[in-house]
Amino acid sequence: MVHEFGSEILRDEPFTSRNKLGLVVNQFLPSADLACMEGVDRFVEKHNLLVEPKDEAKKKAEGDEHVEERECQLPEEVAELKGEAAAENHQAKTDNKEEEKHSVSSAETQPAKEDSKEIEVEKVTEEPEEKLEEETGKRETKEVQTAEIKMEKAPQKAPKKIKTVQCKVMLLDGTEYSCDLEKRAKGQVLFDRVCEHLNLLEKDYFGLLFYENSDQKNWLDSSKEIKRQIRNLPWLFTFHVKFYPPDPSQLTEDITRYFLCLQLRQDIVSGRLPCSFVTHALLGSYTLQAELGDYDPEEHNSDYISEFQFAPNQTKEMEDKVVELHKTHRGLTPAQADSQFLENAKRLSMYGVDLHHAKDSEGVDIMLGVCANGLLIYKDRLRINRFAWPKILKISYKRSNFYIKVRPAELEQFESTIGFKLPNHRAAKRLWKVCVEHHTFFRLISPEQPAKAKFLTLGSKFRYSGRTQAQTRQASNLIDRPAPYFERTSSKRISRSLDGAPVGITDQGLLRDFSATAAGDEAVVLAKLKNGESREDDGSPVKSPPLELTQDGKNNSLKVDGENIYVRHSNLMLEDLDKTQDDLLKHQASISELKRNFMESTPEPRPSEWEKRRITPLSLQTQGKVGPRAEGPCSGARDADKSSHETLSVVEEKKRAEVGIEETVVINEINGGKIQVAIDGGEPCKLEHLSKKDSSSTSSESSSSSESEDEEVGEYQPHHRVTEDVIKEEKEENEDAKEVEGCTAKVVQCVESVIEGSKEKISIEHAQVAEESLVEGNAVSGTPEEKSFIEEAKQDLREEREEEQLKINGDLSHIGIDVKPQIICCSEPPVVKTEMVTISDATQRTEISTKEVPIVQTETKTITYESPQLDGSAGGDAGVLLSAQTITSESVSTTTTTHITKTVKGGVSETRIEKRIVITGDADIDHDQALAQAIKEAKEQHPDMSMKDKFKKLKRSRSCCDYEEPCDHSKLVTLPLHH
Amino acid sequence: MAGLGGGAGFGRCSHAVVRALPESLCQQALRVEKGGAVDFARAEREHQLYVGVLKHKLGLQVLELPADESLPDCVFVEDAAVVCEETALLTRPGAPSRRKETEAMKIVLESLNLNVVEMTDENATLDGGDVLFTGREFFVGLSKRTNQRGAEILADTFKDYAVSTVPVHDSLHLKSFCSMAGPNLIAIGSSEGAQKALKTMQQMSDHRYDKLTVPDDAAANCLYLNIPNKGHVLLHRAPEEYPESAKVFEKLKDHMLIPIANIELQKVDGALTCCCILINKTSEL
Repeated sequence: MVHEFGSEILRDEPFTSRNKLGLVVNQFLPSADLACMEGVDRFVEKHNLLVEPKDEAKKKAEGDEHVEERECQLPEEVAELKGEAAAENHQAKTDNKEEEKHSVSSAETQPAKEDSKEIEVEKVTEEPEEKLEEETGKRETKEVQTAEIKMEKAPQKAPKKIKTVQCKVMLLDGTEYSCDLEKRAKGQVLFDRVCEHLNLLEKDYFGLLFYENSDQKNWLDSSKEIKRQIRNLPWLFTFHVKFYPPDPSQLTEDITRYFLCLQLRQDIVSGRLPCSFVTHALLGSYTLQAELGDYDPEEHNSDYISEFQFAPNQTKEMEDKVVELHKTHRGLTPAQADSQFLENAKRLSMYGVDLHHAKDSEGVDIMLGVCANGLLIYKDRLRINRFAWPKILKISYKRSNFYIKVRPAELEQFESTIGFKLPNHRAAKRLWKVCVEHHTFFRLISPEQPAKAKFLTLGSKFRYSGRTQAQTRQASNLIDRPAPYFERTSSKRISRSLDGAPVGITDQGLLRDFSATAAGDEAVVLAKLKNGESREDDGSPVKSPPLELTQDGKNNSLKVDGENIYVRHSNLMLEDLDKTQDDLLKHQASISELKRNFMESTPEPRPSEWEKRRITPLSLQTQGKVGPRAEGPCSGARDADKSSHETLSVVEEKKRAEVGIEETVVINEINGGKIQVAIDGGEPCKLEHLSKKDSSSTSSESSSSSESEDEEVGEYQPHHRVTEDVIKEEKEENEDAKEVEGCTAKVVQCVESVIEGSKEKISIEHAQVAEESLVEGNAVSGTPEEKSFIEEAKQDLREEREEEQLKINGDLSHIGIDVKPQIICCSEPPVVKTEMVTISDATQRTEISTKEVPIVQTETKTITYESPQLDGSAGGDAGVLLSAQTITSESVSTTTTTHITKTVKGGVSETRIEKRIVITGDADIDHDQALAQAIKEAKEQHPDMSMKDKFKKLKRSRSCCDYEEPCDHSKLVTLPLHH
Repeated sequence: MAGLGGGAGFGRCSHAVVRALPESLCQQALRVEKGGAVDFARAEREHQLYVGVLKHKLGLQVLELPADESLPDCVFVEDAAVVCEETALLTRPGAPSRRKETEAMKIVLESLNLNVVEMTDENATLDGGDVLFTGREFFVGLSKRTNQRGAEILADTFKDYAVSTVPVHDSLHLKSFCSMAGPNLIAIGSSEGAQKALKTMQQMSDHRYDKLTVPDDAAANCLYLNIPNKGHVLLHRAPEEYPESAKVFEKLKDHMLIPIANIELQKVDGALTCCCILINKTSEL
């Protein structure tokens, strides 16, 4: 809703950047605390700096863009303010129309085709406007305001200046929804509107499709601009189930099940979902029951059934059978009939299987089916192979080839890569994306971070950025509205609804309540989670042990529940992982738990992570040194230098389930040798504003994302090294799985993710130095919890930079790290208790204010690996492994594992140091500080090593191994970003 | 309404189709390898015992087809048809000498008002002994008797279920070394071929099955039924034949275990599942 609101208002309104920024600042004033204000001011300065050098038109265009982006993220209250402000500014805008137009065209990098398309749409615009009006009329007050503003605007608009495009979306019941969208709107905007129109809350299972060549379906990516995805295609979309829930009974709302039913009916009638005769009849009878109610011999004469279609080839015999069965369903409510329908449909072997044509290595026609559990290979109707997600190590595509790398079978030693030939490059990429999405949605707890991949890699940067099933289930548990009224009208002939649900409660306010609750009321969230726990007993990996939650609920504040800081580098990480697995399991489990919690508590709209991420660098600059960094991803730095790459990545994870906690953000920056650590405090809303102000980065980003569409290659490396037993448990999730299994599976997942991370590193060629830290910090303040994550890496040559930020609402802190030496060694457990951390430096100096230092107990273990064989996936020369060392130290609250690997390659010796710090949840530790401390120590210990060079190398290698990004990042870190 | 299988109703049956042994079986029945001569009288007694258990002990309605001397293998009715829920697929047996076995089968299945599908494709072969239905999906052994095309037709016939193919090299049929011993429970022999096939099945399946490993491949072919008031019923090879395997079956505490001797028919590759087709007619809808 918020998004829509924002975009409607601002759609056509170019502001000068100055105006707009001023406006924004004012708006924020009332709620902003001092720190935040500073941030804003600085941001403004920064922004102006950025803009000034550019020409007038451009400046305006940018301002415009920024506004949009910001609007998208605004919390509701602010949005309201904004709406008013927008109205005020309206005059100014119209004055500037002429300029605006220019600015638009100059800002537009799109080809002329785009423009012509626009013009076509203009004619229609007035009409949709009316429709919109009607719609908004139904909504609540705020939205009505919006509509008024729009109307006001409408007459003033000369048709030629309209920058909106009319979208049409074919809905599941066969009706069409149309709306106007700002031309540069992202997919999320449209999707949210459609869902709102449908009154659908559990929307993560759904998506929008657009078709190329009538049969090639593409999913609209929510995080990207629509027009960059559909290119010259008409703005026609189809609302469709994207992820078929394996167990529809776990959906929270009947309305969601209803839409799933509609989808399945379509699938069945079209033949996509094959059924036997009997099943056709049975499903058809449930459809009748749902739509018509009990069989009534008087009303339902012999013809009533022929109006329905139940099967691709419907026969009289089948219809008779349907009627027969219909009679037996007497008494079932529509919702019950839908449920029965789904219970039967979900067992169909092709339920939820997305088929893609391909050829095997011998040129034989096969079909690849992507489903919740993995990848299925069919030849004709026969399943000839199956690769469950846990079995797949990597998914990639190159031109028209699609590859999966699979885990070695029990008695085999080597991984194997299996290639398939797709009809063309786009088909290969489509398949790859679908795989990435399904893997993420069904198997991960939280999505991966596209940002990281984006900046570091060369291939496609695509990642699924929506919620995972685990997340959406958690979120659904929070739904607290009376069952919405809806009519089951798929058949079009009969529109009466027999639903037992309360009638006429199509209250949009409920929607809002939902999101508001999610955003603010942590206690509610916790309670709900606890209650909802029982729902997830289907053995799916997402199941979370309830204990953690409970605990959190009690300690309603200041407590850090789990944390990981780790620096990874070597391949050894993988092997060693097993040893610490138990610990990891524990910690990861609690982390994921918390994270989920956290996720739950975040506001509903989460589309614009990009903006948030983009912002990070800017704010960082304002706070510390603006050094010679590259401006951003737009620098085209991303081209493919496939040699080697170095990366310094810091992953910070924070999880907070409580209100009133302040969190810090760690930014790790790899620069020409500087370390910056800064911490800001602020309130959540401020942060968001800050982020919204970043405009230039946003635009550059969008352009880069469009580039990625054409990427020739993409890789995705899902999981690694789960112990066999565990894998078995997890691999097969049948609905009947016991609860215990579920728990296990979930834990395993967490572990996996970590492992994957290390694995990734392995496959990245030799020299790689990476630091990752999961930091969870909790500072105490009265503000809502906030979390932010920033990851930044910079490559000198390419000026490539990666940034990631996980932000919720609260404080922001940055740690910039400049790495020059070849080696970073962090061997001490940095455990520090702090309330506030101040780390500042441009010159390798780090200050940390600490409060308490916990007792540290240390153990050291050294393991030497003889094998020179590195992981095969490393590709290039692996070099000779000289020694490997693992040092584990434990303190009361932390476990630090450091791996030091020395290898000789081509006469050059390399040392990699990998460090993992696991901070247990019980301790009050400032994780940022801990991290900073670790980094500092590393630097002190190895002042002579040049991290910088290494980093570069790392980056490059990563770029060619695009999707080796381990899942663990995503799982552990991403959540906050999206919400 | 049965709906789709699932675990709960697995093994339910109301009818069984069996067929008497022809005397020609002793001399002309196909066999993988030469073995001892079949003692016809004893074979008949064993078979009568088997049928008696189905009929009297378990209360099934047994439809018994007469023997046909021109079809020496006709006692092995399982190969002639695959019945799942309301649909029956008449096979095209891999051995040409057995093709006519389906004729009588067709008549009896139609008499039960099943939806009967015939496999007419001349390139297709399928023996019912290669078809393992687990309640959730089919596995079809690709053997000397069953080919890909036959499996495809089976998949077309039973569209609700996944049909996965399993290479079978060392045995006559897929079910020569495995069978369902309960809902979600696969009995599997210990031979290398059997274990390999099991791995394949595990890999191909979205479901997890429990497995019951028995020392003898032949003993892994058992007959599971779910009989009202009796619950899990398992016909398995007698301890006299396979003492070690029998011990394994005896560990199934929830099952009603009925040891059945099958000494004579085994000489011509007959197993317990081979000699009947189980059908569940729920109601006369």
